Amino acid sequence: MRHLISILVENEAGALSRISGLFSARGYNIESLTVAPTEDASMSRMTIVTSGSDDVVEQITKQLNKLIDVVKVVDLSEAEHIERELMLIKVRAGQKEREDMKRMADIFRGRIIDVTDNTYTIELTGDGRKLDAFIQALDQGTIIETVRTGTSGIGRGNRVLRV
Amino acid sequence: MDRVKTSTLSGAEIVVRCLQEEAVEYVFGYPGGAVLFIYDELFKQDKVKHVLVRHEQGAVHAADGYSRSSKKVGVALVTSGPGVTNAVTGIATAYMDSIPLVVITGQVPTHAIGLDAFQECDTVGITRPIVKHNMLVKDVKDLATAMKKAFHIATTGRPGPVVVDIPKDVTAAVCEFQYPESITMRSYNPVRKGHAGQIKKAAQLLLEAERPMVYSGGGVILSNSSQQLRDLVKLTGFPCTNTLMGLGAYPATDKQFLGMLGMHGTYEANMAMQHCDVLLAIGARFDDRVIGNPAHFAQNPRKIIHIDIDPSSISKRVKVDVPIVGNIPDVLDDLLKLLRGTPVADSKAWWKQIEEWRAKDCLKYDRSSKIIKPQFVLEKLYEITKGEAFVTSDVGQHQMWAAQFYKFNEPRRWINSGGLGTMGFGLPAAMGVQLANPGATVACVTGESSIQMCLQELSTCKQYRLPIKIVNLNNKYMGMVRQWQQFFHGNRYSESYMDALPDFVKVTEGYGHRGVKIEKPADVEPALREAFANKKELVFLDFITDQTENVYPMIPGGKGITEMILSEEL
Repeated sequence: MRHLISILVENEAGALSRISGLFSARGYNIESLTVAPTEDASMSRMTIVTSGSDDVVEQITKQLNKLIDVVKVVDLSEAEHIERELMLIKVRAGQKEREDMKRMADIFRGRIIDVTDNTYTIELTGDGRKLDAFIQALDQGTIIETVRTGTSGIGRGNRVLRV
Repeated sequence: MDRVKTSTLSGAEIVVRCLQEEAVEYVFGYPGGAVLFIYDELFKQDKVKHVLVRHEQGAVHAADGYSRSSKKVGVALVTSGPGVTNAVTGIATAYMDSIPLVVITGQVPTHAIGLDAFQECDTVGITRPIVKHNMLVKDVKDLATAMKKAFHIATTGRPGPVVVDIPKDVTAAVCEFQYPESITMRSYNPVRKGHAGQIKKAAQLLLEAERPMVYSGGGVILSNSSQQLRDLVKLTGFPCTNTLMGLGAYPATDKQFLGMLGMHGTYEANMAMQHCDVLLAIGARFDDRVIGNPAHFAQNPRKIIHIDIDPSSISKRVKVDVPIVGNIPDVLDDLLKLLRGTPVADSKAWWKQIEEWRAKDCLKYDRSSKIIKPQFVLEKLYEITKGEAFVTSDVGQHQMWAAQFYKFNEPRRWINSGGLGTMGFGLPAAMGVQLANPGATVACVTGESSIQMCLQELSTCKQYRLPIKIVNLNNKYMGMVRQWQQFFHGNRYSESYMDALPDFVKVTEGYGHRGVKIEKPADVEPALREAFANKKELVFLDFITDQTENVYPMIPGGKGITEMILSEEL
C-alpha cells in the first residue's frame, strides 16, 4: 500500500541523510521525498511517499520517530488529505504541434511559462496521477525533458501537523 | 535552559570541564593530532582520569564494560580518521546492546573538512547508522550544549552511544563557558509512565493466565528494574526466563527460573515460551536468536504483553496484543499495584509440565571425559568465585557455555556483546569493569580465537595493574563456526582451525602477567583456585579443552523455538 508520510524535522545539517539513511539501512522504499523549511526556519517539513505492508509502515513511522532530530511524524494517508506535485515539462512545439500543445496544456490547467520557436515549457500542478496522465496524453516523441518535485501533502480540514 | 558558571575557556578546556561537570571518572582513549588540545587539558587536571588503551576498539569496549557494570555512562576519546574507524566496532557493539556511551572524536580543522585532509574521515556519516545520535560541532559556542545533549541523549529513553565530533580548531577557539544545568529538546522527550488502561489490561490477562510465562531482556538490566521483576515473579509464582542480555535480572539459582531461552537456551525455557497462554515480555525484543522463526512461534496461540521504552521494538517481529510503552520500573510499579492482593489463576498443571521439560536435563555433558570439558571449567569457575564475579565474555561457544553454566544472581555481572556479537569484546570490557569495580573479581571468559582480536590490551592491563582473570577455553577452533560446519556444512571445517597458535603463557608473561596452561581435568580446580586467590596480578588460564564439544541445545538458524537439537540426539 502506498503511504504519504509527513515529517517535521529540526533544520540541522545532516537531518536529511539521517532520514534517507534510515530508509536504505532498513530496506524501506522511497518513491519520492520532498523537503523544505517551514515558516519556522528552524524546522523543515518533509513528505515521503513510500509503500509497504501495514506492519512495515508502522515500523517506518516508529523508526522515524526514534531519530533524535525528528520532531513529529504523521501518516497522512491514514485520513483525508491533499497531495500536490509540481512538474516542469519541456515539449516540442514547432509550427505543427504548437496549437495542439497549447490546447493540451489548457485541458490539464497547465501554464506555459517559457517559449522558444520550437519548444514550450509547461508548468503543471496536481497529484501524481494527474501529472502521469498528462505525460501519457502527450505524443511521447514530443517530450524533451521533465522534472518533478515529488509529492507534498497536507491534512484536510482541521487536521494539522505542527509543534 | 538554565545556565550558570560563566568563564572564558578554549574548546578543549570546555570538553574537559563538561566531563568534570558530568562527574566522569574515567575516559578511555588514545591520543592523536586532532585531539592534542583536549589531551593537553586532560594533562593539566586530575579529576578526570584517562586510561590509555592500545587500540581504539579497546577504548570503546572498555568504556562499554565500565558502563554495563556500573550504571554510569562510559566515555571514550579518540582522534580523527583511523582513530574513529577503529572505534566503529566498539560503537556498533554498544549501539546493538543499547549501552550509554559518549564518544568524543577529533576531527580535522573546519576549514579542512571535505578536502581529504590528513586523517580525515566523515565521522558523522560513518557512525550515523550505529549511534543513537551524533553531531559535528562547528562552533565553539555550541560545544557545551552539544556535550550536555550527548550525555542527556545517551542516558535517557532507550540508552545508546552518542558521538560528538569536534574539529581541532574548535578545541583551540575560545568562548564563554556556561554549562547548561538541564536541557529540553522539542524533538526528544522519552516517555516514562505506561498507559494506565494498557497496564490494567495486562494485569487482567496475567491474573487469568493458566500457562503464564515471564520473558525478560536487557531492558530490565539497563533500567535497573531487576527488583521489580523479582517482586512480580515472586508475587505471581510465574516461571521466568531471561535472554542472553537479561541474565542476572532474575536470580539463576531460583526455582522459578527456567534458564536462558533462545538458540542455545534451555529446553524448558524454549518449550514454555512456545506453549504458554500469556507471555509477559519485558525489555526484550523477540529477536532471531531468541524466538527463532516468527512464523513457527505464531503457530501456538497466546496473548502477548510487551513492555518496552522503545515503541519500535514492539510488534517488530512478533505481533503483540497488549503493548505498553514506558520506562520499565515505572510500568512494573504500576502493574505490581494492580496484581497485589488479587490471587492468580491456578498454574499447578503448567508447572507440572515445566518440571517434565526440566527433567530432560538439557545441559548435561560427559563428566567422565579425560579431556577438559569447557562446561566443567565454567561450573568450577562459578563454584570458586561463589557466583559473585563479574564475568565478561567474547563471542562464540565459550560465551554460550558461560551464559548456561555461570548462574548469575545479580544484574550487571554478565557483560557480553549480545547484539553485534563482537569477538574481541571480552578483555577490554573487563578492563572497564575492573576500573568501575576496584577490588571485585573480574573474569574474562574467552577462546583462543576471540582473545587474539584485542590481545594487545594485555599491555593496558599491565599499565593500570588490573588483576583480571582470563579463562581461555582453547580448543584450537573457532568453536561456534566449527559447530555450524559440523551440523550444516558436512563437516567441512573451512578455515575454522587455527594453526600456529601462540604460546599464550609466554605471550602473557611477555606482557608482564602470569600465564598457566591447564591440560587435565584434575588440574582445573586447583588452577582456578590459585588464580582467583591472586588479587594482585592478571592471570591468563589457558585451558586446553575438548575440540569436538558442541553447545546444546541448539535451534538451527531459521527453525522454530521448539526445534532444538539436544545432545542426546546425536
